[in-house]
Amino acid sequence: MKLPIYMDNQATTPVDPRVLELMLPWFTEKFGNPASSSHSFGWEADTAVKKARKQVADLIGADPKEIVFTSGATESDNIAIIGSANFHKDRGNHIITLVSEHKAVLDSCRHLESEGFDVTYLPVQTNGIVDLDVLAAAFTDKTILVTVMAANNEIGVIQPLTEIGALCKERKVYFHTDAAQGVGKCPIDVNAMNIDLLSISGHKFYAPKGVGALYVRRRPRVRVKPVMFGGGHERGIRSGTLPTPLLVGLGAACEIAQQDMESDNKRVFALRERMRHGIMEQLTHVELNGDLEQRLAGNLNISFNYVEGESLMMAIKDVAVSSGSACTSASLEPSYVLRALGVNEEMAHTSIRFGLGRFSTEEEVDFVVKTIVKAVNNLREMSPLWEMAQEGVNLDEIEWAAH
Amino acid sequence: MAYNEKVLDHYENPRNVGSFDKSDDNVGTGMVGAPACGDVMKLQIKVGDDGVISDAKFKTFGCGSAIASSSLVTEWIKGKSLDDALTIKNKDIAEELALPPVKIHCSVLAEDAIKQAITDYKKKQ
Repeated sequence: MKLPIYMDNQATTPVDPRVLELMLPWFTEKFGNPASSSHSFGWEADTAVKKARKQVADLIGADPKEIVFTSGATESDNIAIIGSANFHKDRGNHIITLVSEHKAVLDSCRHLESEGFDVTYLPVQTNGIVDLDVLAAAFTDKTILVTVMAANNEIGVIQPLTEIGALCKERKVYFHTDAAQGVGKCPIDVNAMNIDLLSISGHKFYAPKGVGALYVRRRPRVRVKPVMFGGGHERGIRSGTLPTPLLVGLGAACEIAQQDMESDNKRVFALRERMRHGIMEQLTHVELNGDLEQRLAGNLNISFNYVEGESLMMAIKDVAVSSGSACTSASLEPSYVLRALGVNEEMAHTSIRFGLGRFSTEEEVDFVVKTIVKAVNNLREMSPLWEMAQEGVNLDEIEWAAH
Repeated sequence: MAYNEKVLDHYENPRNVGSFDKSDDNVGTGMVGAPACGDVMKLQIKVGDDGVISDAKFKTFGCGSAIASSSLVTEWIKGKSLDDALTIKNKDIAEELALPPVKIHCSVLAEDAIKQAITDYKKKQ
């Protein structure tokens, strides 16, 4: 087993070696511009791009003509939200989203607010999932777009896309989903789920960083205004020379994901459950954040009460994970996603996200469990809160001096 | 965030972790911070008849810098008179540990903890 152990697969994933191998020739000998229609360099690149477009489309049950290549999910989110809102602003100015969305969605919505749009940021339930009745009640006759993520990047909970799609279809409102964490890991069918716009990020499922896609429905046709201008590539929605090697990688990753999703998920899920049981059985005062059932196979987000997240990460320095603690960010605010679940600030400070993936092993899981249990016990010995809790002091009744 | 070596040293080998009996008249206890803010420090001093801090202990819930700041001050205040201990400023702690701006509040907490522990001790006399 090699140290450090990577357990942050919701942050990014390594490129699958099978994917990389297919990409390599497209950097050097087959370097043509897919838009060069006058020679064979361009033609072979164009053929490769067409294949990639089909591989991406197949994974989500779409038509290749509905795939727009982008630099990643952030760009896809921007085009989907700002582009569709701007196209349809004569029809209405209301957008619905969730408080637990990724910043790429939230900040696109904030931008639209500054341009006169109204945005409703719906709360989520304590399990992280939107209440469909609350969503249904949020529509107005001005609503033009609902944007709800497929799976959450911090807590891995999966939103009920099919039900949300049905609500949107009934009301003839566009449904966009940021599926950066969902594509390649949970089955997605844009037609069965009535999805109109869908954002894909390559590096979350073993394709390279810097490439992604936006699905834009053709029947009935979904219209978006571009946010970038140029040579009119990608049906004018996203100008810019197509990066053939990256697209070959994205396509290959989609094909592998489609083939292996079931077996990959089964294996990753077994590892995650081994990890969850290992931690929960050996430590008291630990809580899982987010729904256990409606959740990505590879995600665990756990609050270790009385132990601050960043100090815990320092203690397990051979294991790469993320924390919802403020101390890992410049803002000093604990995770807004955990706060949205009603997790109190103290518990948000004690949270760790473990992201397992295709290349995680049982040996690694066992090492991480052993390391984390030891670290939590040590840090609790050092924690005044743990000491007080052991003495029976109710920490909620103390008047702390916030600083 | 990459840490300064001194922070790592205090974090990995914290000095003087533990507790004294807080009802002991020779013990002063300071508890500062708030769980919601992500850091709580408990600093205790034991004061001899000569008015010198003979021993100090801490327990901290917080990031590596918070743990290092409290560990460091327990070392610094040992053997100091109460008045001398009060001269320790957060700036000294932050400089010694080379804390980045976002972690300065950890050193502020440590200074406050010393003050509170001394106040608590004096109240008991």
